[in-house]
Amino acid sequence: MKFVAVSSCPTGIAHTYMAAEALEQAGRAAGHEVVVETQGSIGTDEIPLSVIQDADGVIFAADLEVKGKERFAGKPTISVGVKRAVHEPAKVIDEAVAAVASGVATPAASAPVPTSSGPADSGLSRVRKQLMTGVSYMIPFVAAGGILIAISFMLAQVAWGGAEGAIEVTAADQVAVFSDFDLGSLQHWSIVLLATGQLAFGFLVPVLSGYIAFAIADRPGLVPGFVGGAASVLVGAGFLGGLLTGFAAGFLALWISRWKVHKGVRGIMPVVVIPLLSSLGIGILMLVLIGRPIAALMGGLTSWLEGLSGGSIVLLGVLLGAMMGSDLGGPINKVAYTFAVTGLATQGLASDAAQYKIMAAVMAAGMVAPLGMALASTVRKKLFTPIERENGKASWLLGASFISEGAIPFAAADPWRVIVSSIAGSAVTGGLVMAFGSTLVAPHGGVWVLPLIGNPFLFLLAVAAGTCVTAGAIIVLKSMRATSAVKEEAAAVAAA
Amino acid sequence: MTDAAAFVADVTAREAQTATGMPGNIGLPHAKSAAVTVPSLAVATVPGGVDFAGPDGPATLVFLIAAPAEGANEHLQILAKLARKLVNPAFTGSIRDAADADAVAAIVTEAVS
Repeated sequence: MKFVAVSSCPTGIAHTYMAAEALEQAGRAAGHEVVVETQGSIGTDEIPLSVIQDADGVIFAADLEVKGKERFAGKPTISVGVKRAVHEPAKVIDEAVAAVASGVATPAASAPVPTSSGPADSGLSRVRKQLMTGVSYMIPFVAAGGILIAISFMLAQVAWGGAEGAIEVTAADQVAVFSDFDLGSLQHWSIVLLATGQLAFGFLVPVLSGYIAFAIADRPGLVPGFVGGAASVLVGAGFLGGLLTGFAAGFLALWISRWKVHKGVRGIMPVVVIPLLSSLGIGILMLVLIGRPIAALMGGLTSWLEGLSGGSIVLLGVLLGAMMGSDLGGPINKVAYTFAVTGLATQGLASDAAQYKIMAAVMAAGMVAPLGMALASTVRKKLFTPIERENGKASWLLGASFISEGAIPFAAADPWRVIVSSIAGSAVTGGLVMAFGSTLVAPHGGVWVLPLIGNPFLFLLAVAAGTCVTAGAIIVLKSMRATSAVKEEAAAVAAA
Repeated sequence: MTDAAAFVADVTAREAQTATGMPGNIGLPHAKSAAVTVPSLAVATVPGGVDFAGPDGPATLVFLIAAPAEGANEHLQILAKLARKLVNPAFTGSIRDAADADAVAAIVTEAVS
């Protein structure tokens, strides 16, 4: 195997070079090629990027922070102190071989491998890499959870013998079902699928936040990142709140990890002190500082919407649509959705009541963002990274099932372009559904409750129109970005 | 060396960060210090042993490296070369077996040239 290694030590005159020699010798003895970059007081003799690219694995025998760590991103890596590399280089080589065999990659797994040794990364592209790390870990959760929920809706159709199944399956008392599970009951199975999918979805924002923090602060960032993401869900801040907590947690943990502390405390810093203090900080930030304004925003928007109910119904549709597309499960989206669902509960409505039209507009608009991203990533593949294209395939099903979360990976990776496009398309759809007068008596379900939709063809037409608007907008906005940036990103994710 | 006490303090501080004991009963105290004008190496054999917290007990062979706080790049390169030699048991063994100080100096000079 071929390995590249980095050695460094506090003084930079002795162990750095002893470790380099020891690793090279031990590698040779075991039949491996080891190239070591010594980051010592003489300076750094950089390993050529071509050598790094050819390497099977990476060994960090460094007591100082590795300079240019991103060059090694995506390769199986082990980190050992410089002393271990001097004392037991053969064991270190064995561990590196094991790491290659098991494929443990560096934390910043989606960080780009630069194609030339140009100047250091700009702050912006580093932020982007951290963002993409979070997104790349989140996507499997979106796909697994979303598809499980969609399959549950399909199965529920059969189990309950009609479109009502999609409503029944979510109304069931899950705990009661699991405590008295009937292996032969299709209804029970669809409830299991739904619950499993919902559990996976529960991790979306925490995983996004946790791995952004991980990309910034390494392992000490994980705890505050996950806790912050969960707090964001708790206060209803959605994925935008998760982006905030990810970066806040990462930089907080990084900052604490750089405190100069007494030797006795140093040992418990990564395991106890950093996670404890940074989690507390993030918890206070989200629950105390962010929670209240978000609750106030939601309250204000709700009463504002109620005030609008008497006015133009098409305008209301446009507004609700825009809200559905704005933050994909965040506070604004929730206000619009809750507004519609609350209306459904009104007793004694006529079959063409405004409440049913509002529900139809809201659901149609909520399908637009994932469908628009799916369409855009299908017709203009080059504008999207490989993982985004994969996620785009799942987004067709998620969008059709009114699972707006399918668009979150796109939005988290490129917030303003995706949100602007999503709002535009969702607003068009919301307005059109109102104008067409489609109605819906179910709170969710997407195409699986089509039989419960009044004027289903016009409903689908409105969804299709909004989808095209969103896809068109995101293609235009992404095309305006320098193509080189996209290429670099695509290479980055391909290497991950 | 301008101030021996200051250099000792710097070496002690470095030793406190992580002990420099190595496999093979070798101690490797070293520091970059403002008290040092020319990078230097001192070699001592200590039959009774000095504890550098090495993995196999007290060090009987001690290398003391003195490096200036800054500059003198080519000398540091010589030290780097020497450091690489220190992980080679044949090299440390030959120093241990050397008859006198002149022989040690000859071995070290040859190793870094």
